[in-house]
Amino acid sequence: MNWQRICSESDLPTEFGVAALVDGHTVAVFRTAADEVYALGNVDPFSGAGVISRGIVGDRDGEPTVSSPMHKQAFSLRSGQCLDDPETRLPTYPVRRRAETIEIATS
Amino acid sequence: MNRTLVVIGHGMVGHRLVEEVRERDPERHWRIVVLGEEPIPAYDRVGLSAYMTEAAAEELVLSGQEVHRDERVRLCTGVGAERVDPQASTVLTTDGESIHYDALVLATGSRPFVPPVEGAELPGCHVYRTLDDLDGIRAASETGAEGVVVGGGLLGLEAADALRELGMRPHVVELAPRLMPVQVDEGGGAVLGRLVGELGIEVHTGAAVDSVHKGPHGGVSAVSLTDGTVIYTDLLVFSAGIRPRDELAESAGLERGQRGGYLVDNGCRTGQPGVWAIGECAAVDGRCHGLVAPGYQMASAVADQLTGRGDTEFGGADEATKLKLVGVDVASFGDAHGRSDGALEVTYANNAAGTYAKLVLDDDASTLLGGVLVGDAETYNTLRPLVGKPLPAAPEQLLFPDAGGGGGTGALPDDATVCSCHNVSKADIAGVISSGRAEDVAAIKSCTKAGTGCGSCVPMLKGLLDEAGVVTSNALCEHFPRSRSELFEIVRATGVESFSELISRYGTGRGCDICKPAVASILAGLSDAHILDDEQATLQDTNDRFLANMQRNGTYSVVPRVPAGEITPDKLITLGQVATEFGLYTKITGGQRVDMFGARVEQLPEIWRRLVDAGFESGHAYGKALRTVKSCVGTDWCRFGVQDSVSMAVRLELRYRGLRAPHKIKAGVSGCARECAEARSKDFGVIATEKGWNLYVGGNGGFAPRHAGLLASDLDDERLVVLLDRFLMFYVRTAERLQRTAGWIESFDSGLEHVRAVVVDDVLGIASDLEEAMARHIADYTDEWAAVLGDGEKLSRFVSFVNAPEAPDPTIEFTEERGQIRPAPIDLPTPAARGREFSSEEVSA
Ligand code: SRM
Ligand SMILES: Cc1cc2nc3c(=O)[nH]c(=O)nc-3n(C[C@H](O)[C@H](O)[C@H](O)COP(=O)(O)OP(=O)(O)OC[C@H]3O[C@@H](n4cnc5c(N)ncnc54)[C@H](O)[C@@H]3O)c2cc1C
Ligand code: SF4
Ligand code: FES
Repeated sequence: MNWQRICSESDLPTEFGVAALVDGHTVAVFRTAADEVYALGNVDPFSGAGVISRGIVGDRDGEPTVSSPMHKQAFSLRSGQCLDDPETRLPTYPVRRRAETIEIATS
Repeated sequence: MNRTLVVIGHGMVGHRLVEEVRERDPERHWRIVVLGEEPIPAYDRVGLSAYMTEAAAEELVLSGQEVHRDERVRLCTGVGAERVDPQASTVLTTDGESIHYDALVLATGSRPFVPPVEGAELPGCHVYRTLDDLDGIRAASETGAEGVVVGGGLLGLEAADALRELGMRPHVVELAPRLMPVQVDEGGGAVLGRLVGELGIEVHTGAAVDSVHKGPHGGVSAVSLTDGTVIYTDLLVFSAGIRPRDELAESAGLERGQRGGYLVDNGCRTGQPGVWAIGECAAVDGRCHGLVAPGYQMASAVADQLTGRGDTEFGGADEATKLKLVGVDVASFGDAHGRSDGALEVTYANNAAGTYAKLVLDDDASTLLGGVLVGDAETYNTLRPLVGKPLPAAPEQLLFPDAGGGGGTGALPDDATVCSCHNVSKADIAGVISSGRAEDVAAIKSCTKAGTGCGSCVPMLKGLLDEAGVVTSNALCEHFPRSRSELFEIVRATGVESFSELISRYGTGRGCDICKPAVASILAGLSDAHILDDEQATLQDTNDRFLANMQRNGTYSVVPRVPAGEITPDKLITLGQVATEFGLYTKITGGQRVDMFGARVEQLPEIWRRLVDAGFESGHAYGKALRTVKSCVGTDWCRFGVQDSVSMAVRLELRYRGLRAPHKIKAGVSGCARECAEARSKDFGVIATEKGWNLYVGGNGGFAPRHAGLLASDLDDERLVVLLDRFLMFYVRTAERLQRTAGWIESFDSGLEHVRAVVVDDVLGIASDLEEAMARHIADYTDEWAAVLGDGEKLSRFVSFVNAPEAPDPTIEFTEERGQIRPAPIDLPTPAARGREFSSEEVSA
């Protein structure tokens, strides 16, 4: 695995998202209220726009989610699965926290 | 189309007949000619009083106006019938035209009765029946002056209240010892007299007008009453009863009833073959009916006969009545005076609360015969349909259902008439609910017409929905079991300052894209913190989070505020320079300003720095907030302008800028009645008059266009601003998420009337609180963009990538069209149409 530093923990407030550029991929990184960090693809599969990181973080029936700011479909932060369309899923990326920084691996 | 039906009189009942014949005559046997003496087509006479202060004439239009575009119907307005020749079967019009008929229906209504007192013909004496009459009264009215209404019945009280609304000091003179003697008994009359007096209407009962005095200008100057009172006034309104208009009886060879009116049988047939009479001019078996519901029943019976549906007869009248005065509830139904043999009366009077209720029962107290309710007529809707039916519960439980008991719609038998204006039964309504065709009141209205007449049955429609278990849940989303307005009150009362605290105390889970922005808007309405402070930032929709509108390709648009659409050439040049420099697409918006599209997140601060330096500020195009106050040029330039609409629009836009609300708020100010600013299609619209401003509220374009309704008229600048402060704050506090002003107003049982009572008359006593809240908003306003530019922490979020802040997003591409950029088409891995179905209401801005 090839881990890359994305930002320091303080750059990612709770229940917020930021976008990152990792090996030419655009990645959306989120931090939940339970202080877990997730990384998904940043491109909204429904519109093709790179906006997922700007969605609202919350939960649906306890599952942590982000909703696309474009047309509001919700995606599971854990699996990338779209909760409004079983056939759509966002890619997920391995993410970890080390020494107060956040790192993502691409391959 | 080989037969001609002539209808004389285009009032409420004549219009209904035309509508019904047309509906039941698909083979088009009938050609219909309607002669209407009034200059405009039939209107809602029942709602006439509203015209005095609020409604424009076009708001009194009756449903079914498409009949006039039907080639089968020829409507002649401003044309009367002069004579009928039954031998030749022709009607001679005041235009001199002779029209042949195969069937003739007289629907000429009534005229007001003016008692034969000296001076009753002087200028200054009016009656209360038509739009023209009301125009005359309004023109003659004078703020602060005395006005006298002769007649203390239903109409007289409406007229007196209208004078009061016009700012006059009304007196009511009634010969009987109490007001509304026909409907109300002695006990009820006493309570009614007090309530009317509290409205500021002076009541003189047991007195009549003795003489009307002529002043030096030839008009009325004073009135003496038989009890010796002299009232100095130059405005008198006679409302002392009505007389059927039966002037055509002689020429048509028709018999009259004993007290006037065309004598007809139970099928509304006169003695002449092929001639009917309906509505107030018809004396059915000798008796005239002065209400609209019996008239509608007659129209329906005659329409049946004309279209070969058999000999339907007039089924007898429901004489139930309800007074339409704000703050004075009076209802009377059935045998209100207990005149039936052996009738028993059950009476409850509460002098402290100012309420009186009486039920009339048959001799063994098992069947309801009628009743009188004064001061609180809430149970009217459930009681009225029970007349003639066995009592479903003890009388006191029917009168006070809240005290526990069998009141409410559940107590009604299936065949009870719920809407008497349109004769719709409980079973009809229950039917559309259970078949799933109606899930709310609006749908019941459109499926059955119930509730679209006088509106008094609307609470019953709600009751029937509740009873059927149609839950209109007001939970915001899965995280909050409460509505936005309830959460607003919770936040206001508890002082909760953050979403986290609110959801942990009053919700479950961690929130979502529905509740987070809604709570953000509530918090914004109650504090002066920046919307991107701390946790607040995480609640915002992307538009608010970046203070710009997101576009289809993930770029943003920039809309600086241009108050009232007024802009200097220098500022226009700045906009052009900024757009050129950053390669933005520019467009003039529908809101009188300029939108610049195609900005990437990381460019927004630089663009705004240039704009703020040039004196621009945020236009809040991204927020559920005040958008624009559109203006026309007004007196500055326009040769028709009567007020300075641009200055007013600038003032209002600057006053309410930044106000966060349940939905966006748009406004307009027009300098005269030509209305070039389209103010009546806005949430609030201000239209100049010779005397000041008329304030309209509840308009919008969009999916369900609405014309704004008149809230108050002829306001001076300061009063206009005060009413607007209250109106907007009341909306911000009590509307639901994504409810624009129109839907919010409609959500009150009495609609605009309720809003007027709160905003103009301050019946809830909250006006000063609302004004203070607005004053705080205005004092705390700062430009959101200027604040971001001075705050390094907030600025740090405006980057394309957290690990490559300057790198443009590779997914954003543009092509060119007509010399400007536009988003390059995107190949989608997933078909765009799939996914959560979202209503367009939910789009972010
Ligand atoms: C730019 C503009 C069209 C234009 O090129 O003229 C526009 C553009 C948008 N309108 Fe609009 N509306 C614009 C004037 C209007 C008007 C006309 C007006 O204001 O005089 C209307 C009808 C009047 C009304 O609102 O009552 C209008 C009715 C809507 C609606 C439907 C509202 C409704 O109640 O049904 C929406 C959807 C919504 O808000 O939920 C909407 C939503 C939108 C959004 C915000 C949709 C979105 O989220 O992307 C568009 C984005 C604008 C942007 O990115 O800047 N826009 N929109 C106009 C901006 C005016 C301004 O200066 O702020
Ligand atoms: C202020 C006010 C409030 C009211 N409130 C209520 C209420 O709350 N509930 C209720 O049930 N009723 C109410 N009414 C009564 C209700 O309006 C009437 O019962 C209803 O309008 C009767 O309808 P109509 O068609 O018979 O008569 P109208 O509506 O009076 O129509 C008759 C029309 O015929 C025209 N006409 C007469 N003669 C001729 C001719 N020779 N040629 C051509 N045209 C002619 C007249 O100009 C008129 O336009 C109210 C009335 C008023 C004035
Ligand atoms: S709201 Fe309508 S006109 Fe405006 S941008 Fe969207 S689709 Fe176009
Ligand atoms: S009773 Fe008048 S609208 Fe239903």
